Amino acid sequence: MLTRENTVNLVLALLLLVAPLAANALGQPFYVTLATRIAILALAALGLNLALGLGGLVSFGHAAFFGIGGYAAGILSSHALSYEPMMFGLSGTVQMPIIWIVAAIAAGLVALAIGAISLRTSGVYFIMITLAFAQMVYYFAISWPAYGGEDGLSILVRNQFPGLNTMKPLSFFLVCYVVLLASIGLFALIRASRFGAALQAARQNETRVATVGIHPYRIRLTGFVISAMVTALAGALYADLNRFVSPSMLSWHMSGELIVLIILGGTGRLFGPLAGAALYVAFEFALGGLTERWQFFLGLILLGVVLFARGGLLGLLAGKAKHG
Amino acid sequence: MVEPVLQIDNLVKAFGALRATDGVSLDLRPGEIHALIGPNGAGKSTLIHQICGTVRPDSGTIRFAGEDIGALNTAERAQKGLGRTFQVSSLAPEFSALRNVMLAVQAKQGSSFGFFRPVMRDSSLVDPAMAILERVGLADRARLPAAELSHGERRQLEIAMALALQSKAFLLDEPMAGMGPEGSKRLTGFLDELRKEAPILLVEHDMDAVFALADRISVLVYGKVIATGTVDEIRSNPTVRTAYLGDHA
Amino acid sequence: MTTALALEQLLNGIQLGVMLFLMAAGLTLIFGVMGLINLAHGSLYMVGAFACATVAAWTGSFWLGLIASLACAAAAGAIVELAVIRRLYDRDHLDQVLATFALILIFSEGTRWLFGDFPLYLDIPALLQGVVTLPGDASYPVYRLAIIAVGALIALGLYLLIGKTRLGMRIRAGESDREMIGALGVDIRTLYTLVFALGSALAGLAGALVGALQSVQVGMGEPVLILAFVVIVIGGIGSIKGALYGALLVGVTDTLGRFLLPQFLALFVDPSEAGMIGGAMASMLIYVVMAVILAVKPRGLFPPAHA
Repeated sequence: MLTRENTVNLVLALLLLVAPLAANALGQPFYVTLATRIAILALAALGLNLALGLGGLVSFGHAAFFGIGGYAAGILSSHALSYEPMMFGLSGTVQMPIIWIVAAIAAGLVALAIGAISLRTSGVYFIMITLAFAQMVYYFAISWPAYGGEDGLSILVRNQFPGLNTMKPLSFFLVCYVVLLASIGLFALIRASRFGAALQAARQNETRVATVGIHPYRIRLTGFVISAMVTALAGALYADLNRFVSPSMLSWHMSGELIVLIILGGTGRLFGPLAGAALYVAFEFALGGLTERWQFFLGLILLGVVLFARGGLLGLLAGKAKHG
Repeated sequence: MVEPVLQIDNLVKAFGALRATDGVSLDLRPGEIHALIGPNGAGKSTLIHQICGTVRPDSGTIRFAGEDIGALNTAERAQKGLGRTFQVSSLAPEFSALRNVMLAVQAKQGSSFGFFRPVMRDSSLVDPAMAILERVGLADRARLPAAELSHGERRQLEIAMALALQSKAFLLDEPMAGMGPEGSKRLTGFLDELRKEAPILLVEHDMDAVFALADRISVLVYGKVIATGTVDEIRSNPTVRTAYLGDHA
Repeated sequence: MTTALALEQLLNGIQLGVMLFLMAAGLTLIFGVMGLINLAHGSLYMVGAFACATVAAWTGSFWLGLIASLACAAAAGAIVELAVIRRLYDRDHLDQVLATFALILIFSEGTRWLFGDFPLYLDIPALLQGVVTLPGDASYPVYRLAIIAVGALIALGLYLLIGKTRLGMRIRAGESDREMIGALGVDIRTLYTLVFALGSALAGLAGALVGALQSVQVGMGEPVLILAFVVIVIGGIGSIKGALYGALLVGVTDTLGRFLLPQFLALFVDPSEAGMIGGAMASMLIYVVMAVILAVKPRGLFPPAHA
C-alpha cells in the first residue's frame, strides 16, 4: 500500500543509496563517508527507537550500548592483529559478522543488568538512572587503561566482510546500508508482532496491559535488551567507520544526540531515525562549514522543534502519524 | 453449598489512622451478580485495588478459584481468570478497538513473545476478537482507535476485553458511570447476559441497575460491610436505610 | 594509612557532598514543585563559575565575584524559565529532556563564543588561604572547610525557608496541590520563576565555589549534574532532606572509595595493578551504591509522601 508516508520512506531509502553511488562515480569519496555516517547513526537511533518510540522508555543511556559495540570491534580487532589472546584464551577476529554478534551479545547482557534495575522505576527516575549507569560505563572505560583509557583505541585496518574490500568507502557504505535496511525491516516486523503489540500497549496504558495478564516489566525488559543490541551493532560499524573508538562514544552527549535524531525525524516512525540522522548530518555539514559553533544553532533548532514542531521532519513531509 | 469463586476474609488495610478496609469479608458465588454499594469514601476503590493486586492488604486473605492469590501481582491474578473493568475507562488509546481485544486474546493464549508474525494477519487473534466485538455490538467500530470511541462504547470495549480473557469472575467498577438512561438500560441487559459467562462483582452507584441485576447486595460503610443480603433484605434493613439508602428505598 | 590522611579524605568527601547538595537541592526543588527535569542545571553551575571568575578578574575581589555568580545564575535561570521552561511544565518528560538538552548546547557553545576555548582561573581569596591543623597533625585547607560551612549554612537556610516562611509554605502547597495553590490566589507563575531562579542561584554558587579549586571551563557542569542526578535518585526525587543525605553519601563514598579501594586491593595483588583495578572500580562505586539502594527502595531513601 503506497501511502504518503510509505512514499516518503521509499524516497528516503533510495536517496541514501543513489547519493553515495553518484558521489563515488564522480570521485567524491567524502560524500560516501557522509552517507555512511548517516546510515550508522540512523541504525543506532533505530535501536533506541524500539525502546523509546514503541515502548515509551526514554533511555538517556544508549550511548553505553553504542560504545560497547564500538569497543567490541576495537578490542576484537586489536587482539587479532597483535595475536594476543583475550580472556579465557579466546583469540580476536577481524571478521565483521562475528564482531557484530559479540557486540550485540555484550551490549544485550549489560542492558539486561541495567534494565533489570532501571525498569523497576519509571518516568524521571528511569531517565536519570539510565543516564547514571551509562556514565558508570563511561568512567570505567576512562579509568581502565588496558584498551587505551581516555585516549581510546585505534583500529589499524578496518575489519573485514567476507567477499568485500571494506577499505573502499563504497563497499563499506553498502554493508552499512544493507544492515540498516534489514534492521528497519526487523523493526517493522517487531512492531507488527505480538511482542510489539504488548510493548506499545504498555506505553499507552501499563495498567491495562497488566489487567489482561501480560507482565509489563518482562515485555519492557525484552524490548530494552533488543534495543540495546541494535544500537551496539551500530556502534561496531561506527568504530569501523572512524577506525577509532574512544570513551566519547559512551558519553552522555551521545545518548542525547541519539534521542535528538529520533525527535528530528519524528517519534514513533519507522523511518524517523533515518530522516533524523540525515537532517542531523546535513546540519552538521552545512552549519559546521559556516561556523565552528554550529552546535549553538543546533540547540536553537532543536528547541524550536520541541516547542513548536513535535512531528519532526516526517511529520512535515508525511502528515500525522497513524496507528493501527 | 458450592464453593465461592472469590472469597475475601477479614481484609484490613489502613492508611495511617484511616482504616479504609476494616475487616471486610465477602464472597462471590458461581452464577450470581453480587453488588457492592456504599457511599463515596466507603472504601470501595481500596477494596477493588486489593482484589486486583495493586494495593497490598495489611492482613486477611483473598482466595480465588480455590487458591490464595494474596502473593500474586496484577498480571498473575488476571492470568488466573480475574477480569476487570475500570471506573474510568482504561484502554490502549492509540490502538483500534479490535487491537485492544486482540491484546486480551493474545494474553489469554499465553504468549506475547512472538516477534515475527504480524498480528493483523494472525487469524487465531483476529477472528476471536472480531467475534467478541460482534457479541458486545461493537463490530462496526472495530477499526476506530479506542480514543475516538464514545464513552459508552469504551465501556463495552472493556467488557469485551474481559470476555476475551474468558474470565472466571468479572469485577466491574461502576460500569454505568457517565452513561445516559438509554445506555444504562442496554448495559443492564448485557450484564444480565454476561452473568451466564461468569459471576460478577458489581460496584455500582446506579441503584436501578443494582436492584434490577443483583442476586445479593453488600453494603460497605466506613470500611466495614454493614449488611449482606438479597435485594429485599437490603431494602428493608433499617441500618442500611439510615446509613446509606435514605430516600432510595 | 594514617588517621590524619583518613580524616583529610573524609573532609574531602564531605566537601564534595556539600557541592553536590547545592546542585541537587535546586534540581529536586524544581522537580518537586514544577515536575520538571532540568538537564541544563549544570549550565547554570557553569554560568556561576564564569561570572565569578570574570568579575573577580575585573575587580580583583573574589567576594564581588561570588555575588555576581549568584546574581548572574539567578538572572539566567529566571530568563530561561520565562522564555523556555514555562512552556514545558505541561509537556512529557521526553520534551523536557530534549528542550533542556538543547539549552545545554546553547549555553555551552554560547559561553565558548564569549570566552573562547581556554579555561579561566579563579584564586582563593586571601582571607581563606592557608591551612588549619587538625588532630593527628594533619593540615587542611581553610577554603575547603569554608565550603563545608557554606553548605551547612545553606542547608539550614533552606530548611528555615521551606519550613518557616510564607514563600516556603507556598512551595510546599505547590508540591502537594497545584490547583489548590492557584485557588488560594498565589500567583503560581511568579512562584515558579522564583523557585527556578533560587535553584539556579544555588547551582551558580556551587560553580563559583568549585571554580577556585578547579579551572573554570565549558562543560564543567555536566559531570556534576550527573552526580547530582545520582544524589536525588538515591535521596528520593523531590525531597530536600533526601538531597542532603544523598549528597553526603555520594560525596563520601566516592572520595573514600578512590582512596581506600586501591589500598585494599594492594593486600591481594601487586600495587600497580591494585591502583589500576582499584581506580576503575572506585569510579563505578557510587553507581553500584545507587543500584543497590534502588533494588531495595525503588523510589529512593526519602520518597516524598505525595508522589
